[in-house]
Amino acid sequence: MVYALPNLTDDSYFITLMIFSGINAIVAIGLCILMGSAGQVSLGQAGFYGIGAYASSVLSQSFGLPVVISMLCAAVISGIAAVILAAPSLRLKGHYLAVATLGFGEIIHIILNEFGPGGPSGFGDIPALSAGGFVLTTPAHVAWVVWGILLLLMIFSLNMLNARPGRALRALHGSETACNAMGLDVVGLKIKVFVLSAVYASIAGSLYAHYVSFISPSSFTLFHSVLLLMMVVLGGITTVWGGLVGAVIITLLPETLKAFEELDVLVYGLILTLSLLFLRRGIVPIVTAKIHSLLVRRNA
Amino acid sequence: MLTVFLQFLFSGLTVGSVYALVGMGFNIIYNATSIINLAQGEFVVIGGLLMWFFLESCKLPFLLAVALTILSAGLVALIMERLTIRPLKTNDLLIMIMVTVAVAIVMRGLLMFKFGKEPYSFAAFTEGDPLVIGGAVIQLQTLWVLGITGTCILALYAFFNLTIAGKAMRACSFDPTAASLVGIPVSRMIMFSFILSAMVGAIGGIAITPISLMEYDKGPMLAVKGFCAAMMGGLGRGRGAVVGGLTIGVLESMTAGYIHSGLKDAVALLILLSILFFRPAGLFGNAAMQRLKGH
Amino acid sequence: MLEVQNISKVFGGVHALVDVSFSVAEGSLSALIGPNGAGKTTMMNIISGIFPPDKGSISFKGGVITRLSPAAIARRGLSRTFQHIELFAEMTVLENILVGRYIKSRSGFLAAGLRLPFVRTEEEKNRAKSLEILASIGLEGKADELASNLPLGEQRMLEIGRALATEPSLLLLDEPAAGLNIRETRDLGKMIVRLNTEREITILLVEHDMDLVMRISTSITVLNFGQKIASGKPADIQRNRDVITAYLGEEDPSC
Repeated sequence: MVYALPNLTDDSYFITLMIFSGINAIVAIGLCILMGSAGQVSLGQAGFYGIGAYASSVLSQSFGLPVVISMLCAAVISGIAAVILAAPSLRLKGHYLAVATLGFGEIIHIILNEFGPGGPSGFGDIPALSAGGFVLTTPAHVAWVVWGILLLLMIFSLNMLNARPGRALRALHGSETACNAMGLDVVGLKIKVFVLSAVYASIAGSLYAHYVSFISPSSFTLFHSVLLLMMVVLGGITTVWGGLVGAVIITLLPETLKAFEELDVLVYGLILTLSLLFLRRGIVPIVTAKIHSLLVRRNA
Repeated sequence: MLTVFLQFLFSGLTVGSVYALVGMGFNIIYNATSIINLAQGEFVVIGGLLMWFFLESCKLPFLLAVALTILSAGLVALIMERLTIRPLKTNDLLIMIMVTVAVAIVMRGLLMFKFGKEPYSFAAFTEGDPLVIGGAVIQLQTLWVLGITGTCILALYAFFNLTIAGKAMRACSFDPTAASLVGIPVSRMIMFSFILSAMVGAIGGIAITPISLMEYDKGPMLAVKGFCAAMMGGLGRGRGAVVGGLTIGVLESMTAGYIHSGLKDAVALLILLSILFFRPAGLFGNAAMQRLKGH
Repeated sequence: MLEVQNISKVFGGVHALVDVSFSVAEGSLSALIGPNGAGKTTMMNIISGIFPPDKGSISFKGGVITRLSPAAIARRGLSRTFQHIELFAEMTVLENILVGRYIKSRSGFLAAGLRLPFVRTEEEKNRAKSLEILASIGLEGKADELASNLPLGEQRMLEIGRALATEPSLLLLDEPAAGLNIRETRDLGKMIVRLNTEREITILLVEHDMDLVMRISTSITVLNFGQKIASGKPADIQRNRDVITAYLGEEDPSC
């Protein structure tokens, strides 16, 4: 229901799921940094994902730019959109920020619907992923590239979070008053982390578009933003590993849910509700805490 | 020329009434709990679809169907509050908002399972020839919608200002601790605020469905527009939501008529974002109070 | 070092501060005292930029800081602690200190994410410096504990340590002894004196504990109902009739 999955044989179907897991994980780790570390919320992440997909597709298809360049340009555009959204949003707290980002996502959806190529029905023939004359032809190659990019972004994120900027973000979550007293540039940090998460979402969107080669606005809706939110909540927002695990689980879920047919929306909702009620810290933090306590007991 | 304008105006006021009711629903819960209940739009959908179910599918008499629909919406809200909001025990607004989003998805899933994806409608409340004012045609149901909205607003106003229960609910929002100290059952008041706002939403759904049809996935957009209405008037202030809702409805209808129908949903969103970005201080009810609280 | 000139502030009709002036000399250990509601914390918040005064100006190291943001003031070398502890509760003790090092280091998102060589050396330096600070406040054994798990006395020490990490030239301490027992207060006093003499940090102390203030400070300003009623050396303040009246009420002639 979420993706128009290409009809493939079982083996390459697994690869397709790998690709979608990786793409979703890229958005999710960005969202984890935004929500878990900096304590900001976004209900409009699908908007940045959509900008990444559309901008990169149009630039490579209509303007003939190389795919890598289009993806980078799309990331820059998403980053600028993030600044435009973040700068005024920063005065907003909690639910006001949530609703502002939700409004942003919906506006992007309407823009794509009205002004995007092909309107509501979308457009196709988007060039495949390629770099320096080397075109990725098989899904297996795409899977390697997607997971390679995911790995690099993962390393980048962990490096960043374990150093000065990451500590500043977590401090922001803890006490803004103290951050000010420590001389942290609170506004600048918030804008930067918004931009970072938007760039992650944009890269993922571009990868998605160049892989499926056909996109329409229906892939970039509020429901997708909620799905992304679900990934990070389920996996655990306090660590980027949570985003990764959550993304894989939620992406594989439609497979398991096939048995439920029309109940899929209901099951999604129930999973989100139950994980908010009973797994509020998320799977990864809970599991690591369990393992930690087991190890401590053994050593004692 | 004038005829067309009047036509757009009346259709704008009609949808605007529903936004106003949803906005009132946001205010009722916000006033009691400081929670933004993003499942607010779902109650309008529940109102429309359950009314169809009781009226067309069960063939119940009209008034009985109305009563059952409103009671069911209240029951759903009761279950929602008991099972998800109350057990949370957190002050983290982020978690609370996400829970309301999650519950909204569950409701949408249930509605889709029961009713499918088709739009539903039932007959207008009264038969009769439409009125013609300045060449514009006004369906009788439009008058019903406006009348019902007006009645709801007056009833809510009377409830919150004239009855002990209403005053107690307002006290909970000002200071829950003080309210509980003087013997107001705060948690029951919170539950009641959810039930009340659900019923208001459902009434809107019942009234509008004969005009604009109802389908399972209309909830989120209704919630966004209702929230926008509430924000325009200042979150938590009842009368503001009415003016806000009607304004959005009319602007939306004018945009659809004169500019482009695909852009009508963008109107409310743009208004919402501009209010959030440029006039948040004026919308928090009392800017001076807010500043003092900061100390 | 710090010049407070003619500061007034009204909150909703209440005159929290009325035309208050005082100065903090470089190298001094000054104190701001007064009964409850005298306006001490308001003064602290105005100096550190949390809100602006209605009238008056504040200059620090020769530059006017009256309308600067708290962060800008912190970057100029004025650091503070809070009466109601404002630690980063979900971060470790060491990380709290490391956040204090923020303005003394420069690695940004990109450089840190790519782990450029300078980032690594900067991190190592900051870590060494932070551990040194932890040792000086007696928390070296608790570097990896969560700040929220520390007892109150150690949380207050950690706040001071975090402020020290910014290498301030002026340190504002807002009621550091509140909630501490006698022994902890004595240790705190010794440490404040050490910071003042060994690290040569100028200190402005807001405190309720008279005993502590009289013992360690070199100059004292007294506020009562938002007005300055006295200033001078501890011995002079102890003999000042206005101060005694403010603290004990009107003198009973029969005593």
